[in-house]
Amino acid sequence: MELKRVVVTGLGALTPLGNTVSEYWNGLVNGVSGAAPITRFDASKFKTQFACEVKGYDPEQYFERKEARKMDLFTQFAVIVADQAVQDANLQDESLDKDRIGVIWGSGIGGLRTFQEECVNFANGDGTPRFNPFFIPKMIADISAGHISIKYGFRGPNFVTVSACASATNALIDSFNYIRLGMADIVLSGGSEAAVTEAGVGGFNALKALSERNDSPETASRPFDKDRDGFVLGEGAAAIVLEEYEHAKARGAKIYAEIIGGGMSADAYHITAPHPDGLGARNVMQNALRDAGISPEQVDYINVHGTSTPLGDVGEAKAIEHVFGDHAYNLNISSTKSMTGHLLGAAGAIEAVASILAIQNGIVPPTINHITDDEQFNPKLNFTFNKAQEREVNIALSNTFGFGGHNTSVIFKKFTE
Amino acid sequence: MSEIAEKVRAIIIDKLGVEESEVTPEASFTNDLGADSLDTVELIMEFEKEFNVSIPDDQAENIATVGQAISYLEEHAK
Repeated sequence: MELKRVVVTGLGALTPLGNTVSEYWNGLVNGVSGAAPITRFDASKFKTQFACEVKGYDPEQYFERKEARKMDLFTQFAVIVADQAVQDANLQDESLDKDRIGVIWGSGIGGLRTFQEECVNFANGDGTPRFNPFFIPKMIADISAGHISIKYGFRGPNFVTVSACASATNALIDSFNYIRLGMADIVLSGGSEAAVTEAGVGGFNALKALSERNDSPETASRPFDKDRDGFVLGEGAAAIVLEEYEHAKARGAKIYAEIIGGGMSADAYHITAPHPDGLGARNVMQNALRDAGISPEQVDYINVHGTSTPLGDVGEAKAIEHVFGDHAYNLNISSTKSMTGHLLGAAGAIEAVASILAIQNGIVPPTINHITDDEQFNPKLNFTFNKAQEREVNIALSNTFGFGGHNTSVIFKKFTE
Repeated sequence: MSEIAEKVRAIIIDKLGVEESEVTPEASFTNDLGADSLDTVELIMEFEKEFNVSIPDDQAENIATVGQAISYLEEHAK
């Protein structure tokens, strides 16, 4: 069967850099850091006392109090960005067949705060179970897609992918596949995460995964810098509306870009450490290029996973040189996590939005906080350090890799008929 | 109004997000105040916590209105 073309017709974002798509993009091109001391709980006894939180967030600005109380923060974020994307793509149009609109979302963890609070309540009691009836439906990761479908009546395929920090990219690839196979006209995809809690920060601290640069939060996320010391935890969400091209064209939808390929692979190596030579990263980019039917030389920009951990950045850079050969030195590479921090399961969603807007605007957002070169990286690689670069971006590839050794890459292309 | 009645009304207003004027003795949680089955379970749990009582399931089924909640708790609260 002939596969259908799939385009992007709507976006939404709620990020540490701004609470709308345009605020987010402005933050990215201006090299703004979203990191600051943690406000969501008292972190004074924690090794890491800062994070990239969503700023000025007031749930009552978006929800009735009763409604907000039944949603964990990660679901609130999901519903907010879904709403932005629904408006952007005009999906409330009565003439659309809601049976053909799906929601495929990504979250690495789900309702961590809800889980933590309910367990603490139980532990503080006398052993009598007094769990709130909303405990389970608030906590489970898939409830985000459920809430979105209920709000808009989207009755097509509906689920959430869980692959740690690759979750939202898996959601995008699944959405892309269902549409090109003809199983849905439109899928509202994306991801959300809200793990800035005692359990989240404490848990990642125990893994020694987080930067502990408490004296300078805004420079802590420094991918590919010699003094990088771990990732900075972020929170937020982004939504991407994927739509079958003929369907989008027939209703005159605004088209941001085309999604042309997705790749998946596993490291099959270690639960948390990346493969030292970037084997899985190499395979996943090759898989995505093959799926898109393009040669490596056609890629202009790679939005890397680049979390600012000592090992991960090295493996990914090696993999890029392996896959792209000499063309690796013509690419613009950047880690927008230097600004947003690492949104875990939502990373793939906000980075897809960054990649799509790089294509649309002809600007590559930077990898900020570069101070000291690290001899482990070939100086011929252009990491777009510190300042955004103007560049015609025809094709952008976005990588995300997750604990468990899950790797995903997705490829977007400037739209032409 | 008794102290218990006031507390019951406050819990209902808080949990169901309804206006004070709607919380009349005859008001049914599900038919008038927009509660679904999970909201009702949560209300019963809040009553148990606030008034330090344990409401058995077969009796909880008979607490469907504001007035029924108040009379049950006036009788059983410790």
